[in-house]
Amino acid sequence: MFTMRFLASLLFSTVRLSTPLIFSSMGGLITRKSGSNNIALEGTMLISAMSGAVCSAYSQSLVVGLLGAVLSGLLISVFMGFMSLKMQADMTLTGISVNRLSDGLTIFIIFLLVGDKGTTIKLPSLTFPTVSIPVIREIPFVGDVLSGHNLLTYFAFAVVLGVWFLIYKTPLGLKIRAVGESEKAAESVGINVIGIKILAFALTGAICSLGGAYMSMGYLSWFSASMIAGRGFIGMSAMNLSNARPFRTMFVAIMFAGVDALSMTLQTLNLPPEPLQMLPYLVTIIALVVVARHDMKQEELKKKELAMAKKEPA
Amino acid sequence: MTAVQGGCEKPLCANREDEWMNDNVLLMNQMTKVYPNGFVANKDVTLSVNRGEIHALLGENGAGKTTLMKMLFGFEKPEAGQIFIEGKEVKIKNALEAIHLGIGMVHQHFMLVPSMTVTENLILGDIPKGPLFTIDSRKAVETCMELGQKYNMVLEPEKRVMDLSVGGKQKLEILKALLHGARILILDEPTAVLTPQETGELFETLKMLARDGHTIIFISHKLDEVIQICDRYTILRRGRVTGTGSIESETPSSLSAMMVGREIDLDMHKKPITFREKILEVKDLVYVNDFNKKAVNGISFSIRGGQIMGIAAVEGNGQNEVAEIITGLKKATAGHVLLVGEDITDRTIRERRDSGVAYIPEDRMVDGCSASASIIDNLVADRFFKPEFCKSLFVNRKAAEEEAVRLIEEYSVACMDKSSPVGSLSGGNIQKVIVAREFTSGAKLVVANQPTRGIDVGAAEYIRRRLVDISRKDGVGVLLVSADLVELLSVSDSVLVMVDGKISAYFPDASQVDEYRIGEYMLGVKRQSEEEIGGAAS
Repeated sequence: MFTMRFLASLLFSTVRLSTPLIFSSMGGLITRKSGSNNIALEGTMLISAMSGAVCSAYSQSLVVGLLGAVLSGLLISVFMGFMSLKMQADMTLTGISVNRLSDGLTIFIIFLLVGDKGTTIKLPSLTFPTVSIPVIREIPFVGDVLSGHNLLTYFAFAVVLGVWFLIYKTPLGLKIRAVGESEKAAESVGINVIGIKILAFALTGAICSLGGAYMSMGYLSWFSASMIAGRGFIGMSAMNLSNARPFRTMFVAIMFAGVDALSMTLQTLNLPPEPLQMLPYLVTIIALVVVARHDMKQEELKKKELAMAKKEPA
Repeated sequence: MTAVQGGCEKPLCANREDEWMNDNVLLMNQMTKVYPNGFVANKDVTLSVNRGEIHALLGENGAGKTTLMKMLFGFEKPEAGQIFIEGKEVKIKNALEAIHLGIGMVHQHFMLVPSMTVTENLILGDIPKGPLFTIDSRKAVETCMELGQKYNMVLEPEKRVMDLSVGGKQKLEILKALLHGARILILDEPTAVLTPQETGELFETLKMLARDGHTIIFISHKLDEVIQICDRYTILRRGRVTGTGSIESETPSSLSAMMVGREIDLDMHKKPITFREKILEVKDLVYVNDFNKKAVNGISFSIRGGQIMGIAAVEGNGQNEVAEIITGLKKATAGHVLLVGEDITDRTIRERRDSGVAYIPEDRMVDGCSASASIIDNLVADRFFKPEFCKSLFVNRKAAEEEAVRLIEEYSVACMDKSSPVGSLSGGNIQKVIVAREFTSGAKLVVANQPTRGIDVGAAEYIRRRLVDISRKDGVGVLLVSADLVELLSVSDSVLVMVDGKISAYFPDASQVDEYRIGEYMLGVKRQSEEEIGGAAS
């Protein structure tokens, strides 16, 4: 049972399933760096998944499909940023409403277009091609794991590099980090704090929407209601667990994808599916608690040490 | 000393005979600021500063220094007065305009991004761009080095700000201001966070900058330092200028006298104290705050029944933390709090209240009451769960109302309707509601933090009398924290002075000291011996 072939297929699905998680976590990373707590990654992905499938079906062009996905994700994200930052609405509540709105809105639109509240299976949507990497595919095992993925999967890893470059190497990244860490410091040198924060929302929207596009134009070849299934939230957890560091975030996202892949594989062994489907979420919660407790203990220890050190006479 | 009464008698334009030293760079003429609640923060305040001088802006907390500087930075809009920079009248609407006019501020709380490097913080306002959307980090480092060498404040460009010493951070703030073209530098209590060595270095830097033609406004409480480094001074008290002139002819005592000054004489007609058993004991209390600073640094004292212990301290020297640790709002990092011999250090707030701790918090709208809840609900907030106010699962409204009526009458709270929200009352009456609740909770210890701040004279007077009453009649121990020294000395039996989280002086008999002497300890001019301070714990 646990042969090399089994392992290779498990790792292959891990890479495949990590794609939407990497996009959502990288998107969330940018708003987090700018000091906002964007919980609408899920809704952003859902809307772009829908518009990607619909736009590609009606235009029969991948480029138009992609543009549709990215544009709609970007707009909904900027809308949320504008409402919470400029109009002073509570950011968490705005995030919840964007998530709920996208649930209903996507179903409403596909019902208008295809008369079905569940899926757009009737539409001739396009998908991104899979890529077989020349030399690597010949290598046994490694080729089975790394080659033959969707184009967007490879692009996800490029985005990790891109986000790292943007955040740590460019003037914009420097400003985003400054705004996120110390608004007053940024303001004191004349940086437009709200402007930078809304720009961060735009970038987040664009990156998350690639994850949405992957779901309806790669992972599947149609849109179905609530198809993101918590991947936006898991991506958000991956990013928070690794303290918004790009490469660590990527590894945590892959780890979560691994658990997801494992639960999917185990379901084929006639185990009851419900507890297995819980696995990725359960692991997320446990990981969050473990990391938070560790951080808290460190903080407390540091304070105690400081209090004990140098007991000068009062 | 030229005492200026009630405002400015200086000519609008400074005389220009001595072209350099008497060249007026900044004149804030007859500035008046009244806050919406009617508080007059500045009244006809005139500040005149010449090029190349180090000018001290002195005053107690709440004297109006911050308001004056906020008007200069456009954060507050003055009701009256003009600002002249190099003889030209200017209207400053925001901080950016102030920066463009060559005004730079080094805040007490640094405006730096801790996880970024020295260079990154420095260039943040104007980032040099390299090829391919990158930052030209070589040019950035060069800018940083050049600036450091020019002003003799060299910092390691690649070092993270959080790894810098406090002195280093301050240098960086000064460099940041200079990079943005500041010619007038305002330093808000710059030495409060520095070691003596760092202070020495800072003074060298400031002197050099002044020689270079920069102008420095030095806001401070530390009079010996002011005398050491400043050329001239302006002193504010209660929003008015009480003195301005050349530092040479002054001593710490003469400056301190202008800063504190006696305005009204409060005679509480206190009966002599009869000491009872120890109510509160605080032993080696330490509190490390979120910035990993020891806000309270090993203090010990005790209060007996019937005794009013006052704490005098400049804002932010640990007095609030002490009050909040005793009442349970903050958790002590080390040390113990004992109430009538019982250790309550780890008790919850409710347990403390049940064993007899009452609290009049500093911020009455946040910690003292629920502004939108009714007067009745606020008055019974600490007792509605007790059997006499309950009817099975519900609150006995009738009993609650009767209690409220009784307290409103006893504490003469002026209100139309006891069901209206507390927030609709005046500040003085809100405070009376809080006092009524806290004084009738059967407390053995009352912690009163700024009980009369910002309320009308009548209500303040009433609350002071009540405070003396409960200690004398009921034998309650009182800990009083107040920034109003006249109040503190007239109400308290004994006084502690705190500086930097430590006790710097203890006066067993408050009637034997005056605010000038207290002021010297508060401002760190003097410090008592360990034996004298140790008396507080006996």
